[in-house]
Amino acid sequence: MTKLVKNLFAAFILIAGISTAALAASDLAKLSDGDKYESLAWPQLKKEFLTGGKVEFDERVVVTGPDFAEDAMNVPVKFDASKLEKIGGGIDQIVVLVDRNPIKKVLVFEPNKVKAILSFRFKLEQSSPIRVAVQTKDKVWHVGHTWVEASGGGCTVNGASRNDGSWSKTLNQVSTRFFLSKNGDNIRLRTRVMHPMDTGLVAGVPAFHLEDLVLLDGQDKTWMRLQTFEPVSENPLFSFDLPKNTPIERLRLVGRDNNGNKLSSAIQ
Amino acid sequence: MARNKTDTPKLITNFGNLIAILFSSFVLNQPAFSSNLDYKLEPMKIAPDTYVFEGANDDFSKSNGCNIINTGFIVTNEGVVVINTGVSKLYGEQQRSAIAKVTNKKIKLVLNLNLHPDYFLGNQAYSDVPIAALAQSIEGMRLEGASYTDNLYRICGDWMSSTESNPATTVIQPGPIKISDSNHQLELVQLSGHTAADLVLWDKTTGVVFAGGIVFADRAPTTPHANIPQWLKSLETVSKWNSSKEIKVLVPSHGPFINGLFGIDQTKDYLDWLDQSFKNAALQGLDISEVLSLAIPYKFRGFSALKPEYLRNVTHLYPQYEKKIFQKELQ
Repeated sequence: MTKLVKNLFAAFILIAGISTAALAASDLAKLSDGDKYESLAWPQLKKEFLTGGKVEFDERVVVTGPDFAEDAMNVPVKFDASKLEKIGGGIDQIVVLVDRNPIKKVLVFEPNKVKAILSFRFKLEQSSPIRVAVQTKDKVWHVGHTWVEASGGGCTVNGASRNDGSWSKTLNQVSTRFFLSKNGDNIRLRTRVMHPMDTGLVAGVPAFHLEDLVLLDGQDKTWMRLQTFEPVSENPLFSFDLPKNTPIERLRLVGRDNNGNKLSSAIQ
Repeated sequence: MARNKTDTPKLITNFGNLIAILFSSFVLNQPAFSSNLDYKLEPMKIAPDTYVFEGANDDFSKSNGCNIINTGFIVTNEGVVVINTGVSKLYGEQQRSAIAKVTNKKIKLVLNLNLHPDYFLGNQAYSDVPIAALAQSIEGMRLEGASYTDNLYRICGDWMSSTESNPATTVIQPGPIKISDSNHQLELVQLSGHTAADLVLWDKTTGVVFAGGIVFADRAPTTPHANIPQWLKSLETVSKWNSSKEIKVLVPSHGPFINGLFGIDQTKDYLDWLDQSFKNAALQGLDISEVLSLAIPYKFRGFSALKPEYLRNVTHLYPQYEKKIFQKELQ
């Protein structure tokens, strides 16, 4: 090779390298619809789950999760959308989606009379953005998110109660406890329902999960409704925040799983 | 590579060529890098016949080769006793050859003080000698070995090359170690709390204690198999040895051995705080994600690996406190 050819070759490699990198970056931003995590799943998630109104990222939806999933079967997430309670006519529903999970929809929360704040745990298959999309009554979707690192496997292994068979003895048992918040503004309700929450992604174990949980008062008025899907963790534990004047002694939790097993429990 | 280097002075006159050289040396250097995995193990003499290989006081990472543990050895006149074999096959091999530079005595016994990966994944380098651990530790190594190696291959990459989980081969009982005619009176004590079975090696001749996972110095304790009340009890035992001046040097599994004795109180303080803080949080109805963002007291902020370890502490331990809330055991 002459020196000239060598130089041309080197320059070509250099230019090709830079332009590929530059193209890739702008492509990713475009292909992910301006998503800060540049997730290629995001446009499809919007199309599939966030229909009926425009979708915008909104910092008023605060989502907190761990930096990494030490236990991929139980990744704790809390969201607080209470700043949107008086926006766009109020909150209609809140959908939690995970871009890179094999089953993307985790839960749908209709806060109704309780605060638009929820803590829960879910199964994470690999590192992914976690989206909390809040639809206000004017149909607009306000999306907050966080990122959790994971080494993987949360959705495709059995939970402990499935492995040792103990789930059948405790199915749909409900435990609850109230706590007064420090400033007395809220009443926290923590509730746990015993359920294996099988994802259906482990060979020979079909999907078996809670589908619907509703908090009712003495007049059968709905205080909140929670639809839960496969990715919610085994024996799910939820923390709700209720206004301080809630008639807690009359509340009860009713629900069912996808096999039609029902639960109904007074809350003490 | 060699040709590139000698050509450099004349080619460097041109920018395009410089890039080409950088590019080619980058590509060609990859294999060279992976064959350059050296833990640089330097035995430090801490007492007569007694040496420590100090690990990085940090979290597992590729940059420290995942070498975050203190291992050691005692040269008795009957042979060498090795304490823990490190995180990988490579560590075990480099540890063994570093020991051979200090003494030509044969290896008499290898001890794995508990079931955690960096206590035993170097066992492959000692397949010709007895490797001893407590029965429960061996059972745990068998159960969890595969998931340990999966996880560490992911974090540490090439450093783990060819490492397989080889659990200890010999069940050992607590009490004096019978090495005939040994000039070191070695005693094994069984404690618990860091794991279900924590072995501590006490050299009564030199006053050196290899405390295993019971003591962490200047580092946040790890808790994947922890039971805090049992652990605190064990620390009380070690604390008594110390206050009766029976210990001269305490080698913690993680953190500088020079601060080993301070580690007793540090570990105790930290575990006390975790316990109290988790109880309070559970009584206030906090969820895990809220406990994760609680402030950590100032006195612990100098601990290595505090942030990732606290996240793990909460993940491992807080659910037990939540359970008690529902069972009304915590009021």
